[in-house]
Amino acid sequence: MTALLERLGRIFIRFSEQTGLWFRMLWRTMVWGIKSPYEVREWSRQMVRVGVDSIPVVFLTTMFTGMVLALQTYTGFQRVHAENFVGSVVALAMLRELSPVLVGLMVTGRVGSSMAAEIGTMRVTEQLDALKALATDPVHYLFVPRVIAGILMLPFLVILGDALGIYGGYLVSVKLLGANPLVYEQNTFSFLHLNDLWSGLIKSAVFGLILTLTGCVRGYYTTGGAEGVGKATTNAVVSASLIILLSDFFLTKVLF
Amino acid sequence: MSEPKISLQHVYKSFNGKEVLRDLSIDISPGESLVIVGGSGTGKSVTLKHIIGLLQPDRGHVVVDNTDLCCMHAVELNAFRRRFGMAFQEGALFDSMSVFENIAFPLRRHTKMSEDEIRQRVEECLEDVHLHGVEKRRPSELSGGMRRRVGFARAISLKPEILLFDEPTTGLDPVISDVVADLIVEMDEKLNTTTVTITHDMKVAFKIADRVAMLYRGEIIEEGTPEEFQRSENSIVQQFIEGRAQGPLTEE
Repeated sequence: MTALLERLGRIFIRFSEQTGLWFRMLWRTMVWGIKSPYEVREWSRQMVRVGVDSIPVVFLTTMFTGMVLALQTYTGFQRVHAENFVGSVVALAMLRELSPVLVGLMVTGRVGSSMAAEIGTMRVTEQLDALKALATDPVHYLFVPRVIAGILMLPFLVILGDALGIYGGYLVSVKLLGANPLVYEQNTFSFLHLNDLWSGLIKSAVFGLILTLTGCVRGYYTTGGAEGVGKATTNAVVSASLIILLSDFFLTKVLF
Repeated sequence: MSEPKISLQHVYKSFNGKEVLRDLSIDISPGESLVIVGGSGTGKSVTLKHIIGLLQPDRGHVVVDNTDLCCMHAVELNAFRRRFGMAFQEGALFDSMSVFENIAFPLRRHTKMSEDEIRQRVEECLEDVHLHGVEKRRPSELSGGMRRRVGFARAISLKPEILLFDEPTTGLDPVISDVVADLIVEMDEKLNTTTVTITHDMKVAFKIADRVAMLYRGEIIEEGTPEEFQRSENSIVQQFIEGRAQGPLTEE
């Protein structure tokens, strides 16, 4: 019994430590974010890495999600004779929920992991110490451009994802299931509010912050050589994905 | 005696309850070349990292130019580090950048030099370490000795007052080690810096040192000019110089 309590206590302490560390690094990133010199070249490099390079993944994920969503809702809605509303459901679900979360998770896998591996390798090869020795704070040079790229680029990816998801749903409904294109189109847009779009975009900016910062922090605190880098990478993906899914609920509650 | 450039005062440091530095005190005069020798795991690298503020002591003080590093805010300390040039063990070059970009990195960040001036300064630095035509190469395409030298070039690019060398010859063959040691002497004379080198290579130590200090179990157990050091009666020092397997160093 005491052993169990001890274990739980230890898990709790570790969790609190990690949370505290995360917020401390968030604070440091914000403080350094406003300081010059601004590495514009590095910022744009990271934006390409987070944004442009993620387009193929986002393309496939959201398009197929929109398609499968149309298929599934059609099956369900047919039973209650509400086939006409498939378009509305697909659009609402993509904008409010699926596009932000799926893009967040996919970019975590693609970019969050590689940031953790990159910074982790810099840690074990003393490149982070070298940065400091060259009077450059790693948070300033490495964290700030990555986090900014995450916050700015994720909303763009989500807009793209929204459009592709809706189009995927349209394709399946109209071409495969024989829905009336005009009715489908009308039902897709007539029930949408601007808030549906905004809430998704705000969420995605927060997810962008979470996945880049988690990748950076995990990489920064890497210990123990190649094995450590591997662990840091796994941890970055797992914890960023979890934080995204948990915060998704609370953000949705607030932004409703 | 003039004010010391660098002064370590009663420095203690532990990692996970293991004491690495124990009451370490040493003063380094301006323009001096100090070599700290000692076996693996005696706290040499830790000492060097304290001098540049990469590590903070648990107790004691690290004073550089009459400024206590321990009381500095992170942002101040960051700016203060421009006085230092540090060459790391394996070079620690940024592998996402070419050799040119590595050396230009501190210039771009901390000076308002034009691209032409930067190009010129990078060439000068590479000249100082006797490297030619490697600007466009990636660190992964260089040999160990070349990587060290590029690391030196990067360390001197901002014309620092203090140069720190972390195991500059470890893992290099004897000839290249000697070349690197000559280079350190040359740079030290040319740039008139205060130099601190840590190494376990005694040949290199005697070549580049004005003064040698031996670190053992987190304390300085012997220091003096290379001649004095060689004549030391301390049996630990003698065993280390001769590199014998038998002696007090290996007896627990």
